[in-house]
Amino acid sequence: MRVFTQVPDSAGRFGPYGGRYVPETLTRALVELEAEYEKARQDPAFERELDGLLRDFVGRPSPLYHAKRLSDQCGGAQIYLKREDTNHTGAHKINNTLGQALLTLRMGKKRVIAETGAGQHGVATATACAHFGLSCAVYMGEEDIRRQRPNVFSMKLLGAEVRPVTSGSRTLRDAINEALRDWMSSVETTHYILGSVVGPHPFPWIVRDFQSVIGRETIEQCRERLGRLPELVVACVGGGSNAAGMFFPLIEHAGVELLGVEAGGRGRAVGQHAAPLSFGRPGVLHGSFSYVMQDDDGQTCDVHSVSAGLDYPGVGPEHSFWKDSGRVTYTSCTDEEALRAFDTLARTEGILPALESAHAVAKAIELAPQRKKSDVIVVCLSGRGDKDAHEIARLRGETIS
Amino acid sequence: MSAIDDVFANLRRQGKKAFIPFVTAGDPDLDFTAEAIKLLAAHGAGICEIGIPYSDPIADGPVIQASYTRALAKKITLAEILKMVRGVSKQVATPLVSMVSYAIVYRHGLARFVADAKAAGLAGVIVADLLVEESGELSEICRRQDFSLIQLVTPTTPRQRAVKIAQAATGFVYYVSVTGITGERAKLPQELLDSVSWLRSQTKTPVCIGFGISQSEHVKLLAPAADGVIVGSAIVRRIAEAATRPREEVLAEVGSYVDGLVGAMG
Repeated sequence: MRVFTQVPDSAGRFGPYGGRYVPETLTRALVELEAEYEKARQDPAFERELDGLLRDFVGRPSPLYHAKRLSDQCGGAQIYLKREDTNHTGAHKINNTLGQALLTLRMGKKRVIAETGAGQHGVATATACAHFGLSCAVYMGEEDIRRQRPNVFSMKLLGAEVRPVTSGSRTLRDAINEALRDWMSSVETTHYILGSVVGPHPFPWIVRDFQSVIGRETIEQCRERLGRLPELVVACVGGGSNAAGMFFPLIEHAGVELLGVEAGGRGRAVGQHAAPLSFGRPGVLHGSFSYVMQDDDGQTCDVHSVSAGLDYPGVGPEHSFWKDSGRVTYTSCTDEEALRAFDTLARTEGILPALESAHAVAKAIELAPQRKKSDVIVVCLSGRGDKDAHEIARLRGETIS
Repeated sequence: MSAIDDVFANLRRQGKKAFIPFVTAGDPDLDFTAEAIKLLAAHGAGICEIGIPYSDPIADGPVIQASYTRALAKKITLAEILKMVRGVSKQVATPLVSMVSYAIVYRHGLARFVADAKAAGLAGVIVADLLVEESGELSEICRRQDFSLIQLVTPTTPRQRAVKIAQAATGFVYYVSVTGITGERAKLPQELLDSVSWLRSQTKTPVCIGFGISQSEHVKLLAPAADGVIVGSAIVRRIAEAATRPREEVLAEVGSYVDGLVGAMG
């Protein structure tokens, strides 16, 4: 069995980060989930079942693709894309939802709730629930419902109920609040499939482990294709699940430079970006201690990103730990740069990246010319961009029906 | 002995129970919150809880969350809230406690939060998202300052854990009457009474029941089983009307509503 031992500790801490800051009502469910996952990860039957699903239902391993035209255009390092966009449902999110759906079945629960920002996690959860015959309700901010209409409709087609969230900023953060509220009154019968490496212990640990298939495959594929590991690996960071899954297996390979890209939005001023690792400070949000965008009174700040999946004021605790330890470097790129990278990748490679993933692509495009031609940069292309077509059209003042 | 311990000691001597209302600081404004606290104290509140608005309150139901959102829309700060408390705490004998999210306590610094709260005249604090495992440091600071750290037990809490929480709590144990978030419920679960009397048999710390209590019938049923009854959303909802209606009228309605609840406690 794959063993991930070093972190988190028994209190769910990654160094000082993580932990469990939730109402007492949720304690029993979190303890139960932790115990079930501890058992499942040591159960060869669980691993077999999940691996089988990832292969036959999701289509893994996802390709590692040499973006040759893009690399040539940049005129430096060779850019490879880890194609999570080719997964069933079009993003990395399915890796986690299938794992957690299996845990739901093991716990004997019949109902699942989830939050979603871009809708990718909502679709992936609705898909896993349809696959296993679980009932599913997805909380989604009204603002995100507007930005991600195709995904909203997909969830409904898959039999999930989409519950619009009208409180607060009407985005991902409020959807998490509502999902946690639902869970507090339904905890006996319901599992909450949290979609990122955030929230109270054991979620950051479980989600990271289920997403680590990304990093493990990348290592294998690089060794096979290149005979070595890449010089640099880049991933976008909202809550940080695709980045955690990509980085975690690479952490111990000290020669591989790891770069997380946050949403720089419209600029450095508070409210204009969604980059807590770049501009925030440690505090508590959604049940864990991590970097967060918070004012001097402890109130969560409004954040902005063109990408709904990155539009979140917090970040997973393990990223905070990696940042402080210096093992991973975190930076940000603006809406503008991400939109430009979206266009570039579409036209040079014939791939529409999710706006989230476009942030990582933008950083690779910026850094490749500064590196040797023999260097390899792997970009985690966490999802595909079809879902963003409407929003991009809106930004350009075009209408598509 | 903290002011809260004195309240329960007195009530127990008289064979009475504490009525504990909850108000949101700053909804519709801090002046009205101060008026409401004075009114509640005059109408028999044993202790009064003051909710400190937070942007992402995962433990609170829609009524209290909406009141927090309204208060925060006016850029209310902790410093302003404590200033209001400082004024009103001198005018009422009823101990005041704050209900707060850990994000706020942490941001202000644990020791500074407790010192400032105590200086303002608060007798204790309920941190709704701080589990007993994570409460060690705050608990130590509160103990040194003789400031109560009220902790929560819920129907999903295993019995052994409930005893551990009751041992760590000071002031009183807040027993959450229904699984879930704060709000008014039509029905209350029957097994609640058993669980509460069992917990009371295991601890000297008073046990008060809250979450979802709004009607005299609830209070009549629950008061004999507990040391006190907490009513939140039902009061917050009434107070919120002061934003659009004559304030004296709203205060009078809250007063008579509370009289009904206090009367039902016997």
